[in-house]
Amino acid sequence: MIGLSNDDWQAIGLTLKLATTVTILLLLISTPLAWWLATSRSKFRGFVSAIVALPLILPPTVLGFYLLLSMGPNGWLGQLTQQLGIGLLPFTFWGLVIASMCYSLPFVVQPIQNAMQAIGQRPLEVAATLGASPLDRFFTVVLPLSKPGFISASVLGFAHTIGEFGVILMIGGNIPGQTRVVSIQIYDHVEALQYQQAHWLAGSMLLFSFVVLLFLYYSQYKKAGANMRFGL
Amino acid sequence: MTHAAINARFTVDFYNGNAQGFALDVDMALPGSGIIALFGHSGSGKTTLLRCIAGLEYSQQGELTVNGEVWQHADAFIATHQRQLAYVFQEASLLPHLTVQANLNYAVKRASKPATENLTAIISIMGLRPLLRQFPDQLSGGEKQRVALARSLIIQPKLILMDEPLASLDTARKQEILPYLETLKTATHVPIIYVSHDINEVARLADYVVVLEHGKVAMQGPVGQVLPHISQLQGLAEEASVVLSAEVLARDTQWHLLQVKLTNSPKSYLWLRDSGEEIGQTLRLRLLAKDLSIALDDHRDSSIANRIACNIIATQSDPDDAMILVKLQIENCSLLARITQRSFSQLKLCVGMQVWAQIKSVAIIN
Repeated sequence: MIGLSNDDWQAIGLTLKLATTVTILLLLISTPLAWWLATSRSKFRGFVSAIVALPLILPPTVLGFYLLLSMGPNGWLGQLTQQLGIGLLPFTFWGLVIASMCYSLPFVVQPIQNAMQAIGQRPLEVAATLGASPLDRFFTVVLPLSKPGFISASVLGFAHTIGEFGVILMIGGNIPGQTRVVSIQIYDHVEALQYQQAHWLAGSMLLFSFVVLLFLYYSQYKKAGANMRFGL
Repeated sequence: MTHAAINARFTVDFYNGNAQGFALDVDMALPGSGIIALFGHSGSGKTTLLRCIAGLEYSQQGELTVNGEVWQHADAFIATHQRQLAYVFQEASLLPHLTVQANLNYAVKRASKPATENLTAIISIMGLRPLLRQFPDQLSGGEKQRVALARSLIIQPKLILMDEPLASLDTARKQEILPYLETLKTATHVPIIYVSHDINEVARLADYVVVLEHGKVAMQGPVGQVLPHISQLQGLAEEASVVLSAEVLARDTQWHLLQVKLTNSPKSYLWLRDSGEEIGQTLRLRLLAKDLSIALDDHRDSSIANRIACNIIATQSDPDDAMILVKLQIENCSLLARITQRSFSQLKLCVGMQVWAQIKSVAIIN
């Protein structure tokens, strides 16, 4: 029997659900955060930038360890969720969502922030002289002009969440249908010496990742080409 | 026209602790209509002043009243988007992600009383119909500025601000846009504040001129009063001139010349090269002081066809010690001649004397 088992499909479904949820939530949080980082003159800007970038260099186990502690019964987040009647988050789907959001945050914030910075002052000044209020300018000038950043951010955030392993292992463990995502499933297959099964899943991941990056780079080259055509 | 309807006072300090900084300190009373030129060399503070008027730059101390509306006062600062103005930037005045049509709509939607009924007329006057579906990066520099000019007409603001709208264009494109600027001037009664470092543009377009030097007002007044004194500014010794209006009387088809009479001196005629103006049309002429010479008699044996009898009413020093500016009067019309001090002395010229002004060339600027 060659192919993906039901358990594999369940892991794939869960992974996609996790990545979609995380990407959508991250886009909502990152948009105002990126705008603040792109425009603020606050002295806390460097501090916040550093915090946002931390997951880029921290080992996932370190991040997962602290997240586990804070979400646990004695952690501040755990206390909060218990008081709100949600219970404890570790080893649940929503625990994974929060952990993945921390882990993928820089991959979503940074492309948006770069795109917003690239807009410059001029289009905003033009809109202001035409009578657009600051909020109006944000929705009618900043967001449309940062579209390439949002595309990169969505793709990178989604793909990066799919590829995570360490944080999930620390926070989610290995509960089928709840926290057993593809990367964990592959690990299980290898542990059980089911190399054939591992090949199928790992191959799918490889193909998926390659296609995502291919799409990302081609869409960027296309844009650069378009700019060159008009001498910008 | 000199009725002050725009009062602007700004003090801005951009030193920020470095000596290379820049301070703006101006107090102006400007007419409430026509084209007001802010003229000066680069670095004189023209653009900064314009940005202060728009509210894009915040000045610590500022007061601004535009035709009765207070835009900035001691404790009040109306934000840019709440000021009814139009701003044409030196380049890139359009929103890059919107088509020409969408750019115009963006302005119409947010204007307090847009000229929607004239929208079609304005689009055709400015020649925009073929461009409506294009994006800004598909347009030439001149086309972009035309869209920006049309937009300022459509939103019917209280004040139009233009920051060297022609500076990014080559000579051919400038010639293409200038007629549209003149159209704009006649199509609207809104005052236009126009930043320029090009004295020819100022002579051609402006009704009122404010000359800025090092962030301060060096001169201000109606264009006819300021242009004769412009040579006092550094680097403009050759540019002293007068602007006259004249009416086309007749056309000499054999020699390709036009005969015009000066509006302020109907008995004085000039011959100009014919560039297709219509009989009866009113022209704006610019006579550079360096193109006028003075003779004691009417030299009919000269190649100079334009000779006008007039009186010397004043002299003015020139930045060049060898030269002197002589102010001449014929009826209500002033002329300016730039001659050498030596000629002035050898001809024994003095105030009150009757002389002949020989005009070597006249530029039609409008």
